[in-house]
Amino acid sequence: MTISVYIPLLVTIVLAVLAPRAARRPAPRAAAWALACTALVTAVGWLGSLALLAFTGFAQIPQVAEEGHWSAAALRTEDPVSLSVAAVSALALAAGLASLGVAAARQVRHVVWARRECGRMPGDMELAVIDDEVPQAFALPGAPGRIVVSRGMLRCLGDLEREALLAHERAHLRSRHHVFQAVWRLTAAANPLLRPLAGAGAFVLERWADEEAAARVGSRTVVARAVGRAALAAAGAARPAALAATGGAVPQRVRALLAPPPAPRTLPFVAGALLLTLCCGGLASAASDSENLVDSAERAQCAADAGAQGAADVGVRGVAWTGHRPQRPHDACCGHHGPGDQEGHRR
Amino acid sequence: MRDGRSGESGSAGGRRARGELESGVLAVLWSAEEPLTARQVLERLPGDLAYTTVLTILSRLYDKAMLVRHPVGRGYAYAPVRDEASQTAVQMHSLLERGSDREAVLSRFVSELSQEDEQLLHRLLGGQDAGPGDDGP
Repeated sequence: MTISVYIPLLVTIVLAVLAPRAARRPAPRAAAWALACTALVTAVGWLGSLALLAFTGFAQIPQVAEEGHWSAAALRTEDPVSLSVAAVSALALAAGLASLGVAAARQVRHVVWARRECGRMPGDMELAVIDDEVPQAFALPGAPGRIVVSRGMLRCLGDLEREALLAHERAHLRSRHHVFQAVWRLTAAANPLLRPLAGAGAFVLERWADEEAAARVGSRTVVARAVGRAALAAAGAARPAALAATGGAVPQRVRALLAPPPAPRTLPFVAGALLLTLCCGGLASAASDSENLVDSAERAQCAADAGAQGAADVGVRGVAWTGHRPQRPHDACCGHHGPGDQEGHRR
Repeated sequence: MRDGRSGESGSAGGRRARGELESGVLAVLWSAEEPLTARQVLERLPGDLAYTTVLTILSRLYDKAMLVRHPVGRGYAYAPVRDEASQTAVQMHSLLERGSDREAVLSRFVSELSQEDEQLLHRLLGGQDAGPGDDGP
């Protein structure tokens, strides 16, 4: 337990550092899926490990041990999780869960808002054109989603580039990229270490849509030109400063499109899969260790109780504390020890 | 990437393709300076479409009140229904100015460029980018 409970935490840190870098080179569709799996598994591993650490630490507090009818001393000797480690874990866990709750509520609000906005856009078809000079284009997820493009954007693109733009936004909607984004957003809320994954993920989704568009129009150069021209046109127009957040992504996309298509790579995926397996294994082993530990601490407590009981029986009979706990031969709890048995014992 | 779209046949694929064609035709009309005939729309749409397909889509969009038309020769020239005065553009600006919070659900085609990005882009696109030249009439 002492080692295995830290494995998911370690794997999370390693992947939070390596995965965003590794995800930029392979084919974007596979990279997006890999990043989503990484975010989900490590977030569960992270929260699970924190919960186990907090639990084993707090289980050693005598009052808690008394409530749970296990031996604090037995726990302490077998698995020394210091109270400060437990307290930090509990705090991190509480903060992670609270922030996850807030992020989930916000996400739901955004999805509801986007769906309503889909209905309010002009027309009832896939494409909604906004009669506006400022070049803008985005996909609004919904059921079905809408592609929203301004007149200014359409005017600054050539015929093939216009098709590339539509194919790009269509790829976002059709492959449900907003679900990927939600996964990264929520997992980053639960564990701030995973934030770089969300950043890399956003880039990978754009690359994915670029590659789909390139396959659709049959030319990577056309898509590169569409992306570049749209970005330059949008930069030329007056834009609110609040949006200046993701610099550098557009030139990278254009560069990737002007280069040959990404070659299939297996090494990063295999390494990632191994690390995620390790994370799951660590968590499972820590959980089962922790369960065994509590079981044995319960047996230790029971044996101690039985010893004390014997002593009490010799001395004063019928002391108050025997009242709330039925007198039982100690083999009922200290010997073979099924779940039903435990239930009866605790009642 | 190409194998991903092999399952697009069938009636669902047909419906989807029709929706995509409508988008393409509407985008062509919005990008043009003046009303276009079906023939002109066909010329600006990539891929080899049938003239009648374009006609069908144009009349469907006209029925949906997305387009206006006036007679030219034996046919019509089509233009999108402008709504500059409407709330939609204003609405979109306020939507986009909400900042990163609402950005959460939007997938923008392009993000903001820094000064260096802009220079880098010009260099990357090199001689290829000479303004929207291939869009002329």
